[in-house]
Amino acid sequence: MADTMELRDIEVWDGNMAASHALRQVQVDVVAAYPITPSTPIVENYAGFAANAYVDGEFVMTESEHGAMSCCIGASAAGGRVATATSSQGFALMVETLYSASGMRLPIILNVVNRAIGAPLNVNGDHSDMYMGRDSGWIQLDAYNPQHAYDLNFIAFKVAEDHDVRLPAMVHQDGFMTSHTAQGVHTMTDEQGFNFVGEFKPMNDMLDLDHPVTHGVQTEEDWHFEHKARQQHALMTAVIPKIEAAFDAFEALTGRRYNLVETHQMDDAEMAVICMGTSVETAMEVVNELRANGIKAGVVGIRVFRPWPMEQLAAVLKDVKAIGTLDRSSPHGTMGMLFNEISGSLFNTDTKAVLTNYIYGLGGRDLTKAHLVGIFNDLKANMDAGKPTTPLQQYIGLRGPKLSFF
Amino acid sequence: MLEIRWHSRAGQGAVTGAKGLADVVSTTGKHVQAFAFYGSAKRGAAMTAYNRVDDQVIMNHEKFMAPDYVLVIDPALVYVADFTAFEKPDTVYIITTHMSTEELIASQPKLQGKKVYTVDCIKISQETIGKAIPNTPMLGALMKVSGMYEMDFFKENMIRVLKKLPQKIIDANMIAIQRAYDEVK
Repeated sequence: MADTMELRDIEVWDGNMAASHALRQVQVDVVAAYPITPSTPIVENYAGFAANAYVDGEFVMTESEHGAMSCCIGASAAGGRVATATSSQGFALMVETLYSASGMRLPIILNVVNRAIGAPLNVNGDHSDMYMGRDSGWIQLDAYNPQHAYDLNFIAFKVAEDHDVRLPAMVHQDGFMTSHTAQGVHTMTDEQGFNFVGEFKPMNDMLDLDHPVTHGVQTEEDWHFEHKARQQHALMTAVIPKIEAAFDAFEALTGRRYNLVETHQMDDAEMAVICMGTSVETAMEVVNELRANGIKAGVVGIRVFRPWPMEQLAAVLKDVKAIGTLDRSSPHGTMGMLFNEISGSLFNTDTKAVLTNYIYGLGGRDLTKAHLVGIFNDLKANMDAGKPTTPLQQYIGLRGPKLSFF
Repeated sequence: MLEIRWHSRAGQGAVTGAKGLADVVSTTGKHVQAFAFYGSAKRGAAMTAYNRVDDQVIMNHEKFMAPDYVLVIDPALVYVADFTAFEKPDTVYIITTHMSTEELIASQPKLQGKKVYTVDCIKISQETIGKAIPNTPMLGALMKVSGMYEMDFFKENMIRVLKKLPQKIIDANMIAIQRAYDEVK
């Protein structure tokens, strides 16, 4: 039996430490890992917990991220609670196996500490790896600070392992800006944390020798399409209600409220920015300052990135007149993901908001409050003109001549 | 909002110092943030670490900061790092040096007319902890200059923050903190 750890009500933790304590408290059976900056401390701390008898499960060191996720897939198919962490190039190396995990319906939890993808080599935070995972069939939850990184892990296990879901889930946090930034984190006791998720209940586990099963089969055109359709059906229909139920249960336990789409000052907002990660909170602070000057600005944050909360987004954006979508990943050859997804979410609605796109923060470049004020100035001009007054895609915080497209 | 910027070399403990300070401040019910820029830094590379303290939850995640306090824990950085960047008229500087405050200002004219305090955290840490780890003494100096907390309260909490270290090292850190508190000018 693992030892209990006494925690203070508020611990000053960075996002990595918060995630490692969540993994410890839910008592993962197998963590298989290959460390990479900036997610390294998650598995490093966890290995320390395992070595000091705070964890009953196995900690497996692998030869690569591909090996780490492959090991997680094996352990999950065998019938255990499984988790790991990665970033950037390591995430990229995992990609092949990510599709195996979701296709095999294995509820693995992957903490992704978002980081740029090289070349050029860069260890700092942007959303390139998170965006790379968006068609992989995983649930994707996004943290904006260390508290969220802690809390969303419990949500992720509870939803992913539900027998109506059985899909893997990623918990994202911003490299360095969350992962290495210490802030106050309200903790649960080990007992509270574990009980929120509960004992792992295996399903079709390979170690149930009385009921032999096959995992990872081959299907050609006879069944592949039906298989992928069922996977999509589960992701599109089963997940959102389970996440909402988990958010409700979590609020009842801790008083902390999460939503599919997070909003700030949106009730009467005339213009809004939409973003992810730490930028959401910085934008909230800017909006508070703009509101003090009578400017009706708001913020929309994506909490659940996959499955995409299309209806909820259409609802919160229905009355705004100008929207800025802020993407922290280079779209290479098109508009930013959030621009495209929001366009798709609003196209068949009555909303006639002017929609523009900002690319910012690549490789950890700072998004300052001054940048955000500039974006809101653009949105105000768009709103007043009723059409775009700027190019559709602008680069923010870039040195040298201004860069924009369309 | 109180904002602090540390100038350090990787390996001197600025990140630990910033996080330790955040931990102590958090126990008083205030909201804190501690972070650093280091990239894939090598030991000895110049780096910066940051603290924010506020009565409200800190939502601001920008790296940009106009600091209230600048803490320099390596003596050479006042000549090679942009340690006055985004200073305010009342920014307070606490600088590790073997020189007197007057000698330091004479050697670095950027400090003229500024609120400057000096303390030799390198020497203090060498003589107490046995290594040039100037982070905890700098916190002692900050307590004196800022009047943030009573020394007993601060040391009591730092003992908890450092609890994983051997007792001898914890004791040495407490002496270092007290010495810097007494010696900063």
